[in-house]
Amino acid sequence: MKFSVTVTLKKDVLDPQGKVVQNTLLNLGLSLKNIRQGKYFEIEIEEKDQIKAEKDVNEMCKKLLANLIIEDYKINKLQ
Amino acid sequence: MKSSVIVFPGSNCDRDIAVALEKMQFKNKMVWHKETKLPKSDLIVLPGGFSYGDYLRSGAVAGKSLIIDEVIKAANNGCLVLGICNGFQILTETGLLNGTLLRNKNLKFINKDIQVKVMNNETSFTNKYKKDQILNINIAHNEGNFFTDKNHLQNLKDNNLIALKYCDKNGKTNSRSNPNGSLENIAGIFNSKKNILGMMPHPERMVDELISNTDGVNLFSSLLN
Repeated sequence: MKFSVTVTLKKDVLDPQGKVVQNTLLNLGLSLKNIRQGKYFEIEIEEKDQIKAEKDVNEMCKKLLANLIIEDYKINKLQ
Repeated sequence: MKSSVIVFPGSNCDRDIAVALEKMQFKNKMVWHKETKLPKSDLIVLPGGFSYGDYLRSGAVAGKSLIIDEVIKAANNGCLVLGICNGFQILTETGLLNGTLLRNKNLKFINKDIQVKVMNNETSFTNKYKKDQILNINIAHNEGNFFTDKNHLQNLKDNNLIALKYCDKNGKTNSRSNPNGSLENIAGIFNSKKNILGMMPHPERMVDELISNTDGVNLFSSLLN
């Protein structure tokens, strides 16, 4: 089973990298309202049971992939 | 006094801290991160550097390495733990200290000598300093922008757990004397029992007049006190 995980900074946490990307896009003449930079993971696991598999991925996010003080994460099933 | 310096792949201040500790008469041992047993230690140091190449987040991978369980156990039993720079980042990733270190506000790696003020001198780490003493000390980091939630910040203030604050030469703490955007100019914090100190500045670089100054010496002599 394959999942994607997106980790992004929480709404109230300053994202200076995102700001720089935003300013650069604006300098290129591309209009946008706001941009937030994050991280993307693709995770393949052997588990066939989707509920169990999602639980495992959730655990991975909590234990390592995201720092819950400053980051939120979203899990998506890919395959 | 016995000390252990934990060495991770990518640590690069481990030798400096070992030299400083030995100069101050600590009996020091280097401990590789794959070890599962710690030598008997009164002090454990997590050194500066770029453990695991800062992959994922600074300190995230080191915070889950094999030796860390032993460090957490020792810390919970009251052993003194000092995390410097990357070591501070690792301490927050293990949960031994709350809060986290974000990317510097100006997005630049900052390596320079700055001033910090000793906020609490009644701890094992700072008792040889005067309260509000200003130290000239080196910082060298990309992620030193201390951040935490409102409750923890209040807790730090209420219980005198802020160890160091960035300041100017006159001791003023404001946005101009804040090099990296840290919340309330915080440069170092204690845990609630004050047996763990995490700090971004490098005291081990300030133990010899020949190369810098001796403003870091009293941190080590405080520990010996």
